[in-house]
Amino acid sequence: MNANGSTPVLALKGVSKSFGPVQALSDVDFEVQPGEVVALVGDNGAGKSTLVKTIAGIHTADEGTISFEGNEVTITSPTDAVHLGIATVYQDLALCDNLDVVENLFLGREETGDGPAAVLHQLDEVGMEKQTGELLENLAVTITDVRAEVGTMSGGQRQQVAIARSLLGEPKLVMLDEPTAALGVRQTAQVLELIKRLRDRGYGVVVISHNLADVFEVADRIFVLRLGQKAGEFGRDASQDQVVGAITGASGNGGKR
Amino acid sequence: MSTADATVDEDAEVRSPGFDLLRRFVAGDLAELRVVLALAVIWLVFYIQEPRFMSSVNLSNLVLQMTAVGLVSIGVVLVLLLGEIDLSVGAVSGLAAAIMAVLNVKHGWSPYLAIGAAVAAGLAIGLFQGAVFTRFAVPSFVVTLAGLLAWPGAQLKVLGETGTVNINDPKILGLTNTFYSDTVGWILALVGIAVYAALALRARQSRVSEGLSAPQLGLVVLRIGLVTIAALIAVWVLNDDRGVPLAALILVGFCLFFFYITTRTTFGRHIFAVGGNAEAARRAGIGVNRVRVIVFMVASMMAATGGIMAASRLLAVNQSSGAGDFLLLAIAGPVIAGTSLFGGRGSVWHALLGALVITSISNGMDLLALESSVKFMVTGAVLLAAVVIDAIARRQRQAAGRV
Repeated sequence: MNANGSTPVLALKGVSKSFGPVQALSDVDFEVQPGEVVALVGDNGAGKSTLVKTIAGIHTADEGTISFEGNEVTITSPTDAVHLGIATVYQDLALCDNLDVVENLFLGREETGDGPAAVLHQLDEVGMEKQTGELLENLAVTITDVRAEVGTMSGGQRQQVAIARSLLGEPKLVMLDEPTAALGVRQTAQVLELIKRLRDRGYGVVVISHNLADVFEVADRIFVLRLGQKAGEFGRDASQDQVVGAITGASGNGGKR
Repeated sequence: MSTADATVDEDAEVRSPGFDLLRRFVAGDLAELRVVLALAVIWLVFYIQEPRFMSSVNLSNLVLQMTAVGLVSIGVVLVLLLGEIDLSVGAVSGLAAAIMAVLNVKHGWSPYLAIGAAVAAGLAIGLFQGAVFTRFAVPSFVVTLAGLLAWPGAQLKVLGETGTVNINDPKILGLTNTFYSDTVGWILALVGIAVYAALALRARQSRVSEGLSAPQLGLVVLRIGLVTIAALIAVWVLNDDRGVPLAALILVGFCLFFFYITTRTTFGRHIFAVGGNAEAARRAGIGVNRVRVIVFMVASMMAATGGIMAASRLLAVNQSSGAGDFLLLAIAGPVIAGTSLFGGRGSVWHALLGALVITSISNGMDLLALESSVKFMVTGAVLLAAVVIDAIARRQRQAAGRV
């Protein structure tokens, strides 16, 4: 499939999706290799969100096949996607501001102690806090106090907490929706560093972004959608003008390899 | 004077520790301390006006007076944690008390069965209100407002033509009229202190042994010391009068139980999550509606429990049981003590602390023989002040969150 012949973690073939008369996606082929960051770019309404939501199980594709780690799969619900190993971090992050980092990370999958504690559903705070510390250290995320409320943290820290949380389920593919939107320069750099570390740890990463500077900084491959169709696919060596041309339609499919 | 605009946050790091403490004080991190100070002021004012206020007899009465409203407030705290409100707790307490009294007095049920039936009625009402609230997405405010109107009607129906039912069952009256001997009181205090100290030290030890940041040993010992002093003074005062009342143990017992549930179990964590961000909780796989229904059931159950205690203390149930300002006091108490009306923030102990403040004010004003007109206005002013402080604290937190 790819130049190096490895099995992609995710492969879409001929995926189409329409909402009534609106053709949101038509005949899209899309692949992500393990240890690869694919940027998904395109203008508003190009179908980026529809594509991500189709992979994440919020929408179901009308046509086409989805393969995960080489096996054809059907994803009809967000739970299906999560069970396969697809983690999605949406733009709103879905964090509880009144809870601390540990509580947010383990929200909905709290760990309980053994014996009577398990019967009472008594939380294993020490165990969860330890794992949180290890995970954040592993990702080189710098949060000084894992017991600080998430609501008091910066946008960059919140984004990193949300990404770290998505990794707790041991996914193979992580999809990030506008992870650097509304972040300052330094915070953006922190998040981009984290994305690179995800790649280095072998995750397949899909990043939706409007910011081409960020895209060129972090992506191995840039996949351009326009009007629901693939409008181009670029490597790191492409120029920003080529990508912009594909997004706006000025250069047609000229960038396609 | 620092300018109170958005730039204030940027120099947060250069602030003096004293200023930081002041900011936390306002921002609600130290809400309990704020309330304890307010309580001290209230007690001092009443003591200066009327020294009998601080007599052991009056303080014992204060404890008995606050039991019913405190128990109802426990359920209210859980509902407030969800970011919802239950306006029916007063009405439910009256109806449950009526059910208990009628079954016991008119139908000769044993006191245990009658109390059980009243609590079960509370649970059923909570299930109904919670189900309507979640199933039809009607605001909890409106669902429980309907309850506030409807349940007193059911209460009249249950009480029948006589209207008032006098309770003479010794078991039911004993709920608020049982006092333990001095020895038992001291033993209870010492056991409680020992258990608290052991748990606090063990919790710290388990964090230390796993290499996690732990509070300084001195701080833990200080907390144990404060709890010890508070418990010993309370028992000393109560023993000076009639002894430690069973009613106080019931209130503290329920507080301990729900404190454990809310802070140490997954279910409690889910309550806070739903109150903080219901959508995030739903996406994390939490059964948001299940949590909501159970909390509304607990709220109505605690309302029934409070109603039973109120009936025991009044020796009777009548048409106005659970009516009047009972509901508003039960909601005002936790809010005064620092539980947020906006959800996600609060503690079960605020039920106890708030009931203490509210009851102190009304008890003190009774001692001073103030007119009810003044009493209502003072209570209203206290509630308003508490809600305003809550709103300011919320704004402060949001400002801090934007750093």
